[in-house]
Amino acid sequence: MGNEFLPLLYSFHFYLFGLISIAAAIAFVTRKSPVAAAMWLVVTMFALAALYVMMDAQFIGVMQVLVYAGAIMVVFLFVVMLLNLGHPSELSDIRGKWGRIIAGFLGLALLAEIMTLTRSPLELKLVVPAIAVSVNSTGGIIGGVAGPLFREYLLAFELTSILLLVAIAGAVVLGRKRSAN
Amino acid sequence: MLAEALALSGVLFVIGVIGVLTRRNAIIVFMSVELMLNAVNLSFVAFSKLYGATGQVFVIFVMTVAAAEAAVGLAIIISIFRHQETVNLKDINLLRG
Repeated sequence: MGNEFLPLLYSFHFYLFGLISIAAAIAFVTRKSPVAAAMWLVVTMFALAALYVMMDAQFIGVMQVLVYAGAIMVVFLFVVMLLNLGHPSELSDIRGKWGRIIAGFLGLALLAEIMTLTRSPLELKLVVPAIAVSVNSTGGIIGGVAGPLFREYLLAFELTSILLLVAIAGAVVLGRKRSAN
Repeated sequence: MLAEALALSGVLFVIGVIGVLTRRNAIIVFMSVELMLNAVNLSFVAFSKLYGATGQVFVIFVMTVAAAEAAVGLAIIISIFRHQETVNLKDINLLRG
């Protein structure tokens, strides 16, 4: 499988983001500080979002960044700071020379690639995912996911709202401070 | 790319299992569970490239359940911290006989 345009570039990035996600996950389970662990987990989630986009699931990739890296991890970090578990002396574990060099090199390489691709004389076609074409030719990328979500799985979707309501109520009740009695 | 994606999913899931089994900090254990959910999401997306968009619908459901689980679980952790002043799983042994 893979992309029909530039297959070598496609597989190179697939392995690159896969390696980044594995390395960040290993760093995540080995960090002592909860804050550093959460940051490495965010790196893993961003790499997985890139993989989702490469596997024709652009909407899921956006949701991964918004919901997982943006909302859920913020809740985790908020609880870590609320319980005062992140000690400032342990936060400086990625300030090493090699960390800076690798991070800077990787960022510069990806940026240079984007610049090269946007300015290249090659005619870059907008690749429409096969899923979007097969399910809903007018809905585009989101329509490919929204079609089955609101047709076959409508009942499950509605039940999800009840789940969220119960979770909200449970979190409020559990997290409430006991009144003085 | 399906075989590679499934292998990556398995590796990430195993790393999450290692985190759950070896870490003592309850919050990091919760984050390891999130990593395992992410690994499952990756295999759903990889299969959805072959078998249609249903896998992506399931990923959305998994994300919703993960958000609900994170909210309730962290509320429980905060509640435990109020009682015991710790999130170390070794010290939470109230039910031990």
